[in-house]
Amino acid sequence: MTLPPDRRPASSEAYWRKNLQYLAILMAVWFGISYGAGILFVEPLNRFRIPGTGFPLGFWFAQQGAIYVFVALIFAYVYLMNRLDREFGVDEDAE
Amino acid sequence: MTVQAWTFTLVGLSFALYIGIAVWSRAHSTKEFYVAGAGVSPLANGMATAADWMSAASFISMAGIISFSGYDGSVYLMGWTGGYVLLALLLAPYLRKFGAYTVPDFVGDRYYSQTARIVAVVCAIFVSFTYVAGQMRGVGIVFSRFLEVPIELGVLIGMGIVFFYAVLGGMKGITYTQVAQYCVLIFAYLVPAIFLSLLITGNVIPQIGFGGVDQASGTFLLDRLNDLHRDLGFAAYTSGEKSTRDIFFITAALMAGTAGLPHVIIRFYTVPKVRDARLSVGYALVFIALLYTAAPAVAVFARTNLLNTVSEQPYSEMPEWFSTWEATGLISFDDLNGDGIIQYVGPRARDAAGAPIENELTIDRDIIVLANPEISGLPNWVIGLVAAGALAAALSTAAGLLLVVSSAVSHDLLKRSFKPDITERGELIAARVSAGLAVGVAGYLGINPPGFVAEVVAFAFGLAAASFFPAIIMGIFSKRMNREGAVLGMIAGITFTAAYIVYFKFINPSANTAEYWWFGISPEGIGTVGMMLNFAVALIVSRFTPPPPAHITDLVERIRVPRGSGEGHGISG
Repeated sequence: MTLPPDRRPASSEAYWRKNLQYLAILMAVWFGISYGAGILFVEPLNRFRIPGTGFPLGFWFAQQGAIYVFVALIFAYVYLMNRLDREFGVDEDAE
Repeated sequence: MTVQAWTFTLVGLSFALYIGIAVWSRAHSTKEFYVAGAGVSPLANGMATAADWMSAASFISMAGIISFSGYDGSVYLMGWTGGYVLLALLLAPYLRKFGAYTVPDFVGDRYYSQTARIVAVVCAIFVSFTYVAGQMRGVGIVFSRFLEVPIELGVLIGMGIVFFYAVLGGMKGITYTQVAQYCVLIFAYLVPAIFLSLLITGNVIPQIGFGGVDQASGTFLLDRLNDLHRDLGFAAYTSGEKSTRDIFFITAALMAGTAGLPHVIIRFYTVPKVRDARLSVGYALVFIALLYTAAPAVAVFARTNLLNTVSEQPYSEMPEWFSTWEATGLISFDDLNGDGIIQYVGPRARDAAGAPIENELTIDRDIIVLANPEISGLPNWVIGLVAAGALAAALSTAAGLLLVVSSAVSHDLLKRSFKPDITERGELIAARVSAGLAVGVAGYLGINPPGFVAEVVAFAFGLAAASFFPAIIMGIFSKRMNREGAVLGMIAGITFTAAYIVYFKFINPSANTAEYWWFGISPEGIGTVGMMLNFAVALIVSRFTPPPPAHITDLVERIRVPRGSGEGHGISG
């Protein structure tokens, strides 16, 4: 799917705006899990435990959970951007 | 078979494998030498990136650091993995679309400035050399401890191996060797971790095991460890001692620094497409996470084992590993009260009468991973495997760094700055010669390490965070950012960061305590402030200076969309 040339400037702007939106959401999660749960709110979260384990919740986020979430964030971004690329006809398959 | 026989066998086999790969993957063009012909699959590049990234520090030192600092060690776990999110979302796809060979290539072209290019070259070479000296040192330590050869000979053997595949194969040789090295190092890391987890908690997965029940005491392992820590006068393991603000700033500096390190960034020039670059960062982080989520588990197991083995035990009854490591100077016992019993205690330890107890045992953090199999009585082949894994981690990182140095010289300085008419053949020869020279310098630094290597390596992150990271981000996300803003921003960021570090580490080390730090931020975390300064200076200066020329704004437009990555800006001219 390729857009007609006259529509390209406008569509590339829309593409970029959408990209920035995805970035804002994913970066908010990134910040919330690592700096939020793992650092700023680690003490209050440590009052809770992951049921059935010895992990204080804040400590677990800092040493395990954050890393798992980082991996998930990157794959979510890969999925979202591949879809967006196809939608706007800027993917590399047609080359 | 003895430990030494196993070590010789496993290290020998792994080295033979690396050499075999080097012969098979020789580079025939500069494109193959610099970016492996941009033909590496995302999965292979993910593994190579993981090996490139995980150095002797990750393999040998990190679990030890966490083991001794508990929660505070989280800064490395989050900092060194969270940086990959920045890399995937903000840098890798755009840099791949730009399609250059090096990081200074991007900085120089985007900011239409030879000054910017040269500043970037100097930063890249400085960061890479400080880093590589630490790797060579790690190689030397492993050789001397496990194979009982002198450190110098160990470094020379390591240099020989790296020389062979880096000079012959360039990025192509390095990439496929790193894939093999990743497999060796992750196997070597996880096998003892799984053994330990089974021994202590009965759970086969270490990442879950360290939240489980300690089979010896019947309580949760982390609770048991916190109790031990309280009794011996250490801070609680799951809470730590650093201030929240300092933890915050150190983590941010490590994240931005990771995303700004040239040897990591150039790995994403080696995949065929923008889409592959995004996916490849994801794979890289999966491979890295395998080790990084196991490290805190290893730290807890090792800490518990260590306290149980040495605390309040008679020195004369210490097991064999204690004296072998004493001989290397990495562990030392000084019987201050002359009772023949090891008092290993923290700063808050008090006896029954309330008087402070003096600590009698000093343990180097590097022992934790290297001696763990011996401490826990694991089979001899596991010990040999750990040695092979540590060497794989050190050599793979060293090779990646050496390539940055060699391409900075032959490509950024010769081809792009001083001798633009150099032929393809000439540039390839220059790349090989400078790679060879870089190996020589790295080996020299490994044998005669300047006393401050360990200090400087940690700060390479702060410097990368304060220089490259903002310059690249603004180069992609701001069309208005111009030459003046970027150059002054980089200079302000790196000067401020370097000055703060040099003051507290070298000029006035006695003042290096929280009460003298600005806003309680340690030199380890100051890179974050340097980064903010860089952004601020760049944004202000660019408002008062002319906007970038039209062809640069077009360039930024082009790198923002994936289509057309095959051509690449730098490669087609």
